[in-house]
Amino acid sequence: MFNPENLIRKGLPKGYFKDILVRSLLGGITYLMVLIAVLLFGKIIIDGAPAIFTSEFPFVDTEFLTAKNETLHVFDDAKGTRHQLPASKYNEYIEAHAGQQIYNEQTFSYSGGGIAGPIIGTALLTCGSIILALFFGVCAAIYLAEYAKQSPFIHAVRLAILNLAGIPSIVFGLFGFSVFVLAAPVITANPVDRSLLVLPLFIEGWALSFQGWNSSLMAGCATLACMILPVVITASEESLRAVPQGFRDASLAMGGTRWQTIRKCVLPFSLPGILTSSLLAITRVAGETAPIMFTAAVAAKDDFPWEGLANPFDILSSQVQALPYHIYTLAARIPSSEYTQRAQFGSVLVFLILVAMLSFGSMVLRAKMRKKLKW
Amino acid sequence: MSTAVQIQNLSFAYGSKQALHDVSLDMPARKVTAFIGPSGCGKSTLIRCINRINDRISTAHVTAGTIKVHGIDIYRKDINIQELRRRVGMVFQKYNPFAKSIYENVAYGLRIAGMTNRSDIDDAVEKSLRNAALWDEVGDRLHTSAFGLSGGQQQRLCIARAIATEPEILLMDEPCAALDPLATLRIEELISELKKKFTIVIVTHNMAQAARCSDQTAFMYLGKLVEVGPTMKIFENPSDPQTEAYITGSFG
Ligand SMILES: Nc1ncnc2c1ncn2[C@@H]1O[C@H](COP(=O)(O)OP(=O)(O)OP(=O)(O)O)[C@@H](O)[C@H]1O
Ligand SMILES: [Mg+2]
Repeated sequence: MFNPENLIRKGLPKGYFKDILVRSLLGGITYLMVLIAVLLFGKIIIDGAPAIFTSEFPFVDTEFLTAKNETLHVFDDAKGTRHQLPASKYNEYIEAHAGQQIYNEQTFSYSGGGIAGPIIGTALLTCGSIILALFFGVCAAIYLAEYAKQSPFIHAVRLAILNLAGIPSIVFGLFGFSVFVLAAPVITANPVDRSLLVLPLFIEGWALSFQGWNSSLMAGCATLACMILPVVITASEESLRAVPQGFRDASLAMGGTRWQTIRKCVLPFSLPGILTSSLLAITRVAGETAPIMFTAAVAAKDDFPWEGLANPFDILSSQVQALPYHIYTLAARIPSSEYTQRAQFGSVLVFLILVAMLSFGSMVLRAKMRKKLKW
Repeated sequence: MSTAVQIQNLSFAYGSKQALHDVSLDMPARKVTAFIGPSGCGKSTLIRCINRINDRISTAHVTAGTIKVHGIDIYRKDINIQELRRRVGMVFQKYNPFAKSIYENVAYGLRIAGMTNRSDIDDAVEKSLRNAALWDEVGDRLHTSAFGLSGGQQQRLCIARAIATEPEILLMDEPCAALDPLATLRIEELISELKKKFTIVIVTHNMAQAARCSDQTAFMYLGKLVEVGPTMKIFENPSDPQTEAYITGSFG
C-alpha cells in the first residue's frame, strides 16, 4: 500500500555525510589547481614586474623591451657607489673615467640590456611557421574534406595526421635538424662538400644541392610548421566540414565547378574558424623550445636579424634568438643572483603576457565568430 | 509541343542499393510536371538525376537507361556538366541561401558564369527578384544578409537565385516543405508565372498543390513510376488502384 507519509523523511537524507565528503574532496582538488596557478603567476608577476613596469609614465620599462641583450657588468667605483651597466654602457663608462680604479667587478652573461632580440626572433619564427603551416595545412584539409573519397586509406591518412600531433616536440626538433638543417635542397653556385646530392640545373653554373639550410630562421619555421601542421589540418578540416552541405549543392547546381564552389562558397565561410583555431597553434609555436634549439635559435646575438644583411632575403638564413630559448639559457646557464633576477623573471613575465594575450585574443575572436557565423 | 526532358528506362543505384527501377516519362516544355509519392520512393533521386547533382555522391550511378534534355543524352561522356546545370536550375528541399547578402546570392550564378559588368548584374538581379515576387519586399535592403529574411522569403530568394541564370528547366524539390500556407500560396502563384518561361519539375507531398499547379502528375512508389498522366486525369480518374489509394489518403 502506498503511504503518502513515507514521502516525508525521518532524520538526515540518505548518504548525507558521504555526499559532503565527496563534494569537498572534488572541490578541494579543483581549488588546489587554482591555488597552484595563482602561486605560479603570483611569483612570476611579483618578481618580474620590477623589470618591466616602472612607477613613471609610460609605466613600462621600454628599454627592457627594446634594447639588445648584453652582458651585465657590476662594479663599485672609487667612491664606493655600486654600478650595474650593460656591456656597451660599461665600455663608455670605462672610457669616460679612464685612469680611475673600479672595484669588485663581476659580470653576468645575458643579464644586461633588454630582450628585444628574443622577442623579435620569436615573432619572426611564429609568423613564418604559421604562414607555412596555414598554407600547407589548409591545402591538405581541402583535399581531405572536399576531394578525397571516404575510403579506408583516407581514414588511415587522417589517423596518421592525428597521431603526428602526439609526437613530442623534441622529436620534431631532431627531425627538423636532420632534414631542414642538414639535408633540405638549396639552389647554389658552389655546393658544399657534405652535400648529400648535387643535381646540376639547366642554368650554367647553378646546381640543386641537398646540403640543408643550416641553423636558420627558415629551418626553424619549417620545423615549427611541421609540429603544428596536424593541429592546423584537423582544425581546418573541421571548419570546412562545418560549412553546410547546402552551400556546395547550391553552387554546383548553378553550374559552379568544384574549385569555384570551394573558393567562393566553402573557404570564405570556414576561414574564420580556421584562423581562430590556428591562433591556438600560435601559442604553441611561440612557446616551444625543443624544436628550435637545433634548428634556429642562438643564445647570444649582437645584431638584430635584419642588421648587416647583403639582401633582405638573407634574413631567412640568419639565426635568431627566441624567448623560450632565452629563458632556458637564463635559467640553465647562469647562476641566479640579485643581479640576474631582473632578466630572468622579466623575460618569463613578458613571455607569459604575450602568450596570455594570444590565447585571450583567440578566445575572444572565436566567440565573436561563433556569434557571426550561424546557419 | 516539344519535350524538354525525356527519361527512358532509367535505373539508378546508390552503391548496391537500387533506388530507381526502369523509369520512363516525358516532360513537355513550358509545362509543370509534379512528382508525388510516399517518402523514400525516389522522387528526389529522380529529379537530382536531371541536373546530375547526384554525381557528387561517389557511390551513386545510373545502372541503365538514359535521360535526354532537349534531345541530348546528358549522361554522355563529353557533356559539359557546368553548362548542363546552368540550363537545368534547381531549388532544394531545404532552402539554402549562402551566408552572403541578398544581392550576392542572386548574383552568384551570374558571376561564376563569367558575367562581370556591374550594371548587367544589377539588372539581372532585379529581374530575377521581381520574377520571384521578392523585389517589393527586399528591394531596399539588397546588401543585407540573406539570413535576415523569413523562411518563405529565403526560399523565394533561392528561386530567384536559380532563375537568375535563365535556365530552360527548373527542378524544385519540395519547395514549400518548410513554408506556411501563405508563403506556399505565393510560391504556387510564382510557379504559374514562371511556367510561361521555364519547364518546371516539382516534387511535392501536398496533393492539393500538385492538383493546383501542375499540368502533368507522376506517381512514384518504391523506386518505380506507377502512373503518369495529365493532372486532371490522375486526380479524377486514376487508372492504377495504388495511385487512387495514395491520392485519396487510404494508402498503405
Ligand atoms: N545519398 C544516398 N545514399 C544512399 N541511399 C540514398 C541516398 N539518398 C537517398 N537514398 C535512398 O534512395 C531512396 C530514395 O530516396 P529519395 O531521397 O529519392 O526519396 P524521396 O522520394 O525524395 O523521399 P522524401 O519524400 O522523403 O524526400 C531511399 O530509400 C533513400 O534511402
Ligand atoms: Mg526528397
